[in-house]
Amino acid sequence: MRPFRARVQVMGEFSSAEALLRAVERLRAAGYRRLEAYSPFEIPGLSAALGLERPRLSLYILICGLLGCLFAYWIQWYANVWNYLLIVGNRPIHPVLAFIPATFEGTVLGASLGAFFGLLAWTGLPTLWHPVFEIEGFERTTIDRFWITAACGTDERDAEQDAEHGERVLAELGALRVVRLRETP
Amino acid sequence: MASPAPLPSEAPPLHERLVIRNLPDNAALTQQLLSPIWRGGSRWWLWPLLFCSSGLLALLFFVLIFYTFAEGIGVWGNNIPVAWAYAITDFVWWIGIGHAGTFISAFLILLNQKWRASINRIAEAMTLFALVNAMIFPVLHLGRPWFFYWLIPYPSAMRVWPNFRSALPWDVAAISTYFTVSLLFWYVGLIPDLAAVRDSAPGAIRKRIYGLLALGWRGASRHWQRYRIAYIILAGLATPLVISVHSIVSLDFSIAQLPGWHSTIFPPYFVVGAIYSGFAMVLMLILPIRSAFGLHDVITERHLDVLGKMLLVMGMLLAYSYVCEAFTAYYSGNQFEQYTYLFARPMGPYAWVYWSMTLCNVLTPQIFWWSYLRTNVVALFCASVVIFVAMWAERFMLIVTSLNRDFLPSSWHFYAPTWVDWGILIGSLGLFCFLFFAFLRWAPFIPLSELKRTRFELRREAEHGLP
Repeated sequence: MRPFRARVQVMGEFSSAEALLRAVERLRAAGYRRLEAYSPFEIPGLSAALGLERPRLSLYILICGLLGCLFAYWIQWYANVWNYLLIVGNRPIHPVLAFIPATFEGTVLGASLGAFFGLLAWTGLPTLWHPVFEIEGFERTTIDRFWITAACGTDERDAEQDAEHGERVLAELGALRVVRLRETP
Repeated sequence: MASPAPLPSEAPPLHERLVIRNLPDNAALTQQLLSPIWRGGSRWWLWPLLFCSSGLLALLFFVLIFYTFAEGIGVWGNNIPVAWAYAITDFVWWIGIGHAGTFISAFLILLNQKWRASINRIAEAMTLFALVNAMIFPVLHLGRPWFFYWLIPYPSAMRVWPNFRSALPWDVAAISTYFTVSLLFWYVGLIPDLAAVRDSAPGAIRKRIYGLLALGWRGASRHWQRYRIAYIILAGLATPLVISVHSIVSLDFSIAQLPGWHSTIFPPYFVVGAIYSGFAMVLMLILPIRSAFGLHDVITERHLDVLGKMLLVMGMLLAYSYVCEAFTAYYSGNQFEQYTYLFARPMGPYAWVYWSMTLCNVLTPQIFWWSYLRTNVVALFCASVVIFVAMWAERFMLIVTSLNRDFLPSSWHFYAPTWVDWGILIGSLGLFCFLFFAFLRWAPFIPLSELKRTRFELRREAEHGLP
């Protein structure tokens, strides 16, 4: 997974999720491929419109769950069957059924910890500072504003010309504000 | 995807009004829901009163715990054969209350129930704080509570391991997992709303505190995509987990051979009872919150109606379990089982507990056959209090009536609690309230981003027809 990063970006602010979705469609049609949107809530269909690939987060969580399962079973077997065998009440030496409840809990624990830390890894959080935070009024993004960002410049297109074109497109779409964001390398 | 049509500016469609009523726009909604964090709401002077009263009860809880540790467990009413009494009753009761929170937040998101969004955070916080109490009681009850860490499988020089053939280490695994998963689920749900708190906070210090807690969330669509995957998977994990936890708690009982405990119906019976008491607690919490913060447009009659129906369903399932238990005992032909179910409980020394709890649990929810009462705030609150207390009595009845009269009449013994037992129970309610008030005071207790998303989806469905 490549993080979203570009030298020159144009950003447009919108007041509704519908306007944001329209802007995504227009910019994609105009040839902008590296897009990122910011919104106060998850907009159903936005990641498909942006063409985001589904990350392998679920696979990773599955692996964490399986590791949790194996560890939980192993520790019970090691403690009660191998390291210190304790037979009470004529119960079996290796009671598979009795080990199932804790193994289940271990699976859930492993997968849940995997989901949480996987979320942090796949989003790169915590990131307390990000260039977009420098934009005045960006704090309304978590409240009621929607932003679209397009990375400018590819092998064929010059970044500055691309940015000018992008700004025109965003203005046509009725963006409340258009901002050009530069990142020093 | 098709480009969506512009939003209607008039009144929202009917089915949106049912889940969330005419809410103000997103900026005003955020302002309305977050301003109590900065200003304490319209009745700000109540906060010190609430914190002091619940704090004093929480203090009582800790003082009595200290007294129990210093004097020994003899200050409680427990004695052989009633070795489990108030502590285990309180434990089973608190952990059961927690179940409704996970039920609301995890089951309902998987079933795509839109009414979940307004109350899920309150229910999740309830789960978490109920679990804090639930985790304390078994430790108090250990006898030598300072050795509680012996229950964790760690390599020690003594080679003393927990015996996993017993149900008690399963409890440790289940409860610690449940607490961890509930905490993660709650916190992951909070992250976008903590960012909204950060961005509307007055003053640099509060911005920094909430900013740290929000982990620098900026609402990027890549983040939302991953967030959704992780959140749905956590919900999918929490759903079987919640069933497993009370099932495992019930195995503490049903693995024993005591009449009244040794029954295969226990796991589903415990889970139903847990969700039942938890829904009663959810109602007891959201009804005052709704009126104190003026949230009638966020928590609507639709929510109350659905919660009333849930109480009715769970009450009926519980009634079925009661009948089934007694019938199984009768039909088993085992004289000890028959004695416990058909004589000791309904006619023994705790008969008044048995009858009052059975009647309260079975008859109270029957009022919710009337739709008028399902949306009547007073009826809902009173019924919830009755169920809340009766479910505690159910666990007491289950534990004490089985223990105090087992196989041999020579070992029978009447159990009565001491003032320390009562003080610890009341103190645990104080600790719960203290933690819950702190949550209401300083955290966004209505999931803002979920609410905004729900409104967006409902409007789009109204525009384009249901998906």
